[in-house]
Amino acid sequence: MVPFAGYEMPVQYAAGVMKEHLHTRSAAGLFDVSHMGQVILRPKAGMAALAAGFEALMPVDVAGLAEGRQRYGLFTNDAGGVLDDLMFANRGDHLFVVVNAARKGHDIPHMARHLAEVAEVIPVTDRALLALQGPLAETCLARLVPEVTNMRFMDVRVVDSLFGALWISRSGYTGEDGFEISVPERGADGLARALLAMAEVLPIGLGARDSLRLEAGLCLYGHDLDEATSPVEAGLTWAIQKSRRAGGAREGGFPGAERILRELATGPVRLRVGLRPDGRAPMREGTMLFRADGPAGSVTSGGFGPSVEAPIAMGYVPAALAIPGTALEGEVRGKRLPVAVADMPFYPTSYKR
Amino acid sequence: MKFTKEHEWLRVEGDLVVVGITPHAAEALGDVVFIELPEPETQVAEGDEVCVIESVKAASDILAPLDGEIVAVNQKLADNPGLVNEDPLAAAWFFKMKIDDLGVLDQFMDEDEYNELIG
Repeated sequence: MVPFAGYEMPVQYAAGVMKEHLHTRSAAGLFDVSHMGQVILRPKAGMAALAAGFEALMPVDVAGLAEGRQRYGLFTNDAGGVLDDLMFANRGDHLFVVVNAARKGHDIPHMARHLAEVAEVIPVTDRALLALQGPLAETCLARLVPEVTNMRFMDVRVVDSLFGALWISRSGYTGEDGFEISVPERGADGLARALLAMAEVLPIGLGARDSLRLEAGLCLYGHDLDEATSPVEAGLTWAIQKSRRAGGAREGGFPGAERILRELATGPVRLRVGLRPDGRAPMREGTMLFRADGPAGSVTSGGFGPSVEAPIAMGYVPAALAIPGTALEGEVRGKRLPVAVADMPFYPTSYKR
Repeated sequence: MKFTKEHEWLRVEGDLVVVGITPHAAEALGDVVFIELPEPETQVAEGDEVCVIESVKAASDILAPLDGEIVAVNQKLADNPGLVNEDPLAAAWFFKMKIDDLGVLDQFMDEDEYNELIG
């Protein structure tokens, strides 16, 4: 067990990081992500006003999100940096938001302050959050909740079950198909045990959660994203819909719009890239990168990719170097070792679109 | 076989000392994915960092347990770091050292004392 965002969390269960990782890619893994922040935004003056208020915090299209759908979002600051990344869902008469554990102490007051006119910000503290991920996640969850077979990637549903009302989304953070399930605390133990009783399901700790998301090329807040890094630098332009860009129906109007719109137009100074070390030595967070004529950025996440069967990393480099195949060096224990800029994801995603 | 507080095992083989890490250490490290071995024919002093072990969790060092010369390293480990998890007490030896006086091994723990240490 290790301390993580104020919680005691297991790095691994009995199987160990490597087996847990590979099992999630071949069958199904169950993650207890109850430490994450679940928040309801209940509109005070209609959903349109709430959407407009939420759009004032993010360079993301909220108004255009259909009922029953979820989307990735990012809170930005006035300097165009990222305050947190999150998921939000349109549940008809309210929005449901899931934020990072380490940032809920920031995000909840942030939303309460900025959305005071348009929403009640209600932290959900009586529910657990489980993620079931992997190619057999649907088969397994459908034994308990048959409705999930009709969901596609980023759909959300509320389903009554033996374990209480489940708030299910077809999403996750492993690159695999799967689900995140918000379950009332009284039903959480029963749901987790029912899933773990299935031969296909193993419990998965933080270690494999990190290697899975790294192989999928997904950012971890506080490592690959922070208050100084813009979404454009982070390669998250896909999360900024047309409606919020120059010429869009609701162009700008979010914190840091000046920088973010400028970087969208002319390109950022540096970019997040994938990195493949040449040898077997992992290049971990903080590894300094070099090219022939000087420093070239640093690694923000790195380790061993069990499915890739090689070390992998991501980091920030000057934009001119952000071309797959570019040869760099990373300094590991005083030695400069070859590393190449690489495409992400390192392992193909398999979302059910 | 003798054991150090740093969870290494030491085994005498002729006039050499063979060094590896204990099953307890291997389990605590988790799945090992990379091992950096010293160059053979290196003089080392007790406490020198001589190997790096990287697991899926973190990087750690192996320290030289004694003053002496590293005379052989287990190249199989560099090619298959997972051996440390599979067979830490035999196939996954790290290096062999030549030391002046094998008598200094008496200062280290025997198996019972080591088992007591790891509880």
